[in-house]
Amino acid sequence: MPFVNITIDDIRLQVPKDATILEAAQKATIKIPTLCHLELHNRQTVNQVASCRICVVEVDGRRNLAPACSTKVANNMVIRTHSPRVLKSRRVLLQLLLSNHPKDCLNCYASGACELQDLANQFHTDKNRFEGESSNFAIETSSAAITRDLNKCIRCRRCETACNDMQTVGVLSGIGRGFNMVVGPAFHAPLQDTQCVFCGQCVKVCPTGALMGKSHIDPVWDAINNPDKIVLVQTAPAVRAALGEEFGMEPGHTVTKQMVTALRRLGFDYVFDTNFAADLTIMEEATEFLHRLQHGGRLPMLTSCCPAWVKFFEHQFQDLLDVPSTCKSPQEMFGAIAKTYWAQKLGIDPAKIVVVSVMPCLSKKYEAARKELSSSGLQDVDYVLSTREIARMLREAGIDFLSLPAGEFDNPLGFSTGGADIFAVSGGVCEAALRMAAEVITGQPLETVDFEEVRGQRGLRHAGVEIAGKMVNVAIASGLGNARRLLEEIRSGKSSYHLIEIMACPGGCVGGGGQPFVDSKHEFEVIRKRSEAIYAEDAGKEIRSSQKNPYIQQLYKEFLGEPYGEKAHQLLHTGYTGREKL
Amino acid sequence: MTRLATRTDLNQLADSLRQAPAAGAAKPQIFVGMSTCGLASGAGKVYDAIAAALQEKGLADHVQLIKAGCVGLCFAEPTVELQLPNQPIVTLGDVTAERGRQLVDELAANGSFSNPLSVDNAIFKKQVRIALRNCGRIDPEQISDYLRNGGYQMLAKAVFDWQPQDVIDTIKASGLRGRGGGGFPTGVKWQAAQGAAGEIKYIVCNADEGDPGAFMDRSVLEGDPHCVLEAMAVAGRAIGARRGFVYCRAEYPLAVKRLGIAIEQARAMGLLGEKILGSDFAFDIEIKYGAGAFVCGEETSLIHSIEGKRGEPTVKPPFPAERGLWDASTTVNNVETFANIVPILEKGAAWFRSIGTEKSPGTKVFSLAGDIKNVGLAEIPMGMTIQELLYDIGGGSSDGKPIKAVQTGGPSGGCIPSIKFDTPMEYETLTALGSIMGSGGMIVMSEGTSMVKIAHFYLQFTCDESCGKCTPCRIGCKRLHEILDRILKGEGKPEDLTKLEELGNVIKDTALCGLGQTAPNPVLSTLRWFRGEYEECLKRGNRPPTYRIDPVKCVGCHACFKVCPANCIEGKVKQPHTIRQQDCVHCGACFKTCKFDAIARE
Amino acid sequence: MATAKHSSAAATAPATPGADTAKYQQLEAFLTGLKVDGADLAGRRAVLIPALHRAQEIFSYLPTEVQKFIAAHLNLHVSEVNGVVSFYHYFKTKMSGKHTIEFCLGTACYVRGAAKLIEKAESMLKAKLGETTTDGLFTLGSLRCVGACSLAPVVQIDGKTYGRVTAEQIPAILAEYQK
Repeated sequence: MPFVNITIDDIRLQVPKDATILEAAQKATIKIPTLCHLELHNRQTVNQVASCRICVVEVDGRRNLAPACSTKVANNMVIRTHSPRVLKSRRVLLQLLLSNHPKDCLNCYASGACELQDLANQFHTDKNRFEGESSNFAIETSSAAITRDLNKCIRCRRCETACNDMQTVGVLSGIGRGFNMVVGPAFHAPLQDTQCVFCGQCVKVCPTGALMGKSHIDPVWDAINNPDKIVLVQTAPAVRAALGEEFGMEPGHTVTKQMVTALRRLGFDYVFDTNFAADLTIMEEATEFLHRLQHGGRLPMLTSCCPAWVKFFEHQFQDLLDVPSTCKSPQEMFGAIAKTYWAQKLGIDPAKIVVVSVMPCLSKKYEAARKELSSSGLQDVDYVLSTREIARMLREAGIDFLSLPAGEFDNPLGFSTGGADIFAVSGGVCEAALRMAAEVITGQPLETVDFEEVRGQRGLRHAGVEIAGKMVNVAIASGLGNARRLLEEIRSGKSSYHLIEIMACPGGCVGGGGQPFVDSKHEFEVIRKRSEAIYAEDAGKEIRSSQKNPYIQQLYKEFLGEPYGEKAHQLLHTGYTGREKL
Repeated sequence: MTRLATRTDLNQLADSLRQAPAAGAAKPQIFVGMSTCGLASGAGKVYDAIAAALQEKGLADHVQLIKAGCVGLCFAEPTVELQLPNQPIVTLGDVTAERGRQLVDELAANGSFSNPLSVDNAIFKKQVRIALRNCGRIDPEQISDYLRNGGYQMLAKAVFDWQPQDVIDTIKASGLRGRGGGGFPTGVKWQAAQGAAGEIKYIVCNADEGDPGAFMDRSVLEGDPHCVLEAMAVAGRAIGARRGFVYCRAEYPLAVKRLGIAIEQARAMGLLGEKILGSDFAFDIEIKYGAGAFVCGEETSLIHSIEGKRGEPTVKPPFPAERGLWDASTTVNNVETFANIVPILEKGAAWFRSIGTEKSPGTKVFSLAGDIKNVGLAEIPMGMTIQELLYDIGGGSSDGKPIKAVQTGGPSGGCIPSIKFDTPMEYETLTALGSIMGSGGMIVMSEGTSMVKIAHFYLQFTCDESCGKCTPCRIGCKRLHEILDRILKGEGKPEDLTKLEELGNVIKDTALCGLGQTAPNPVLSTLRWFRGEYEECLKRGNRPPTYRIDPVKCVGCHACFKVCPANCIEGKVKQPHTIRQQDCVHCGACFKTCKFDAIARE
Repeated sequence: MATAKHSSAAATAPATPGADTAKYQQLEAFLTGLKVDGADLAGRRAVLIPALHRAQEIFSYLPTEVQKFIAAHLNLHVSEVNGVVSFYHYFKTKMSGKHTIEFCLGTACYVRGAAKLIEKAESMLKAKLGETTTDGLFTLGSLRCVGACSLAPVVQIDGKTYGRVTAEQIPAILAEYQK
């Protein structure tokens, strides 16, 4: 029997027999509150620990209350979701959670995006009757990317699920037990000392302010207001597909031109585009790929734009350090070029230049701080703001984002092709590389630059792309759990791929850890819409292949020489180090 | 040890063991109880002394000296039991090495024991020993002892004579319920596991006896490990499992050791492993160690612990019978439950049902501890009253004071006041009193024990043992504990009692696992039966009680004057007395002595 | 398990020679003897707790490096190993004193005055439960019920059981170990 009959708050309905009470209630348009429950990415990752107990409901004939999130319906089940017993229990549970919570909402970064705060608002818990000893942890700020405030943690374990089940990074576990149990790294180690890749998926799923991106807002304001500094801002392609959401726009719209105006109004001296560097990355990466392909180099070649992914293999696949491309990420290439080529061109002392990135990512903060990424002798990138942070700065500055007039990027580091736009989505880097590689191999312009076979929403995809009668096998993974499977294939010698693109976040950078918060139930949909907006942006570009970017061509002519050449190696390539597993 | 290749081999061996002149009942037998309590009390020295004396007197071949498990008389350890041919067995308590030598001397001189100082037989009279039938009667490290007593015959029947369903039907018909606490019908559990999908199934014996004050499972494992192994193999046959695990506390080294020996011996004889008794049935057992987590007594936690994970519980359903160890159907029963299986199959469901009550057939082993004279194990028919157990078997309180309450079911149970001691003990009756049967731990508290402190103690235990997974247990129990702390320190507020009840009920109603759902029981039950003590604590704070004599009610009987240890009561016979408060030591002796209700405690 | 795992595991062992090297060799021999299939995550997990028990027998406690060593050998995340170690009270992560005194905190022992014993020992040794005396001679700990309730209150020193202990006996019992 695929369906069962149930009664829920006196509403009778039929639901699939595998449904949970929570799902059944949704069908009856009853919203049962949840905290720990989480479903991500079309149910492939579910946090069903049933630990917060906020979703308890009364089921006739059952001795105690049932957690709606993890109790399956049964035929003729009678459920009450807001009986006095249920509401009283929920209120007490909420008071218990709040009794071990700082309640400093006014100072909390998560305020307004906090599920615990929402619940407290719904329940008007009044005076808390169950105050007592509360956790007293020091706020953990060791890393450049993520701040942990365990005092705000409600032990929902969502972060643990995201870190272990989805990303297989494995840095978080329940540590200790009882009241003192925390979710954190082994030995309470600071995040900086662990194999955390700072993908920020944990931050995205945290229902409170326990996990936060580390803010770079203050130093950026300081730089902007420092008359001795020339402050450049670069914006990653995924930012433009999500920033509007911070200001109430429906997902699925790019806001490139308003964003440019907004950044200029904030006071940045030059508004450039990471997209420019994405085109540059394709020049280097596609050339490297062709080089490996034609000279019997290490295959498959893996992309290296994603800093979380880079750190992931440095910790967990130390035996495969020669597999990824040596290309720096677009963010870093941008910084390197800005502080050399562009500085020389304008005759500016590179030490005066402050490069600020706006990224959909938290790991980029960590990447910017990697010491070896300093080709000019200065750190390539100085500060990294997430999409959420730039929105916060705009609000702070009172900029009415939605009514801003259109603006244009500054040149030469602001011009980009469609191939750069699609860096934002999973499969995009691969597609952009193919656009160039195919034309270089065949010597002919492509009839269509759309490689539909590498697009899609699945976390792990593969395709064969025929170029000049030869089959190029590509694989695309987004989400590190998927990436791990490809790496294990390589390790076991079973991989038949030539090119593999990996992005740490599900869906690629559009689903990055620094993007606007989205209700997890809708995240899959939102990521799809952001991706569509990116493809539309690409389709609307006059030039869609990176190698055709005239400013890139000019850069090689004036400064770099050959792609994958000596100067390029010095400025645009890097190496990898094995790191401890902890 | 030779492998038993067929059932005939087993029968022949059992017969020869029974008839062997060396093992016959024709010889005097001396059993030395050598379980943990016995050994800690010096049983090893007693055994050595007896063995040496037997050598000296040339009796070594004429008397059988047996290293046995425990008979449950923990208060009298070391215990020695003497069995002369055709005479009733005699149990001696508090035996020293010297006394051991004397026994041998007497035996050498007279062929009998003169006037042995026996333990009161009444302790055994009211007991019915099913689970403990072999404890203290066989050498747990010798499989031959178990085989002589009919061991592994039920496994042979299950393998050769019965269909799996026959076994399950018998267990179902017997009405056996889980002895670990929940009281779930064992046969129903087995049936569900048998019907569960999947090729691979597991049998798990829960020997993570974590309730403080409960030690019957330890006693069974130390005294009769094969009865558990045989029952697990029978369960494997009935359910269709090929692998079993005994999850045992690391705190029980002797039990683990003896279990290990038993498994090795059973394997060597072909009673575990491939092709049991030459059949196609294969079943093997491994020991898994606990590592100090009370919550691992909860079956889902236990399963996660065997899997090598943190022992955090998960939501049921799915029940382990459906999806357990490594997602396969897993049948979890505790030691005592398994210990009942073989006798039920031997003697039939009707026999089992003839013992105990309608709803709770059979017996239950209780461990009596705390302020009780005869600390130890007692296996009694279900339905016996608490009174009978405490006084007829337990011998009353250890200090002669009246017994005030008992706590059953450990930290998950509740305190039962003396006014309810006439309650017959069954799963349902104890639940109705706000406690539970639990694993059978029974902590006795005599007059003078503070029930608020007891509740505080148990909550401390729960807070230490809470895994921290769910909100109500992690934070709620902590808050309960804090409120009790406050009350005991004299900082309680009147609304605290309502808070305890409210919070306790929400925790019961919403916690994820059995530990959390029962954690408030000690508080709620003491609040229910001893609310006055809480109120007194609130009123008095941490100040000791003050006693005052009401001059109107005092008849001047002088009884209080006599009992006061501080000599601070003044007054002449037949005249109202007074208490010199500055010298009072607040012991309450006068209060308890007064028969005229003339002394007020504030 | 791949040989690469073994070498990386060995790399996490401290380079300093001495008693520890022998201990690591012992542990390594045990782990290798488990013969777990590297591709079988459930199988690797299932031997974790036995491995930790063995390691604690060898090292008397489970220092960070030992936990990392086991994690590397079983190819499990260190966080998972530490999550398990920190869950079970039986596993100790601090080095103990020469002698370990453990007080049973079972109910029977509580009812019969375990608290007074602890108080006495704590005040005599100037260390609290869970701490080691400054001279490194004693570590004070607690036991979950050992099931020897007839002997309540129970104290164990280095595994030796003392039953029906009174606070007055504590000095004499400790003196046996202070020689």
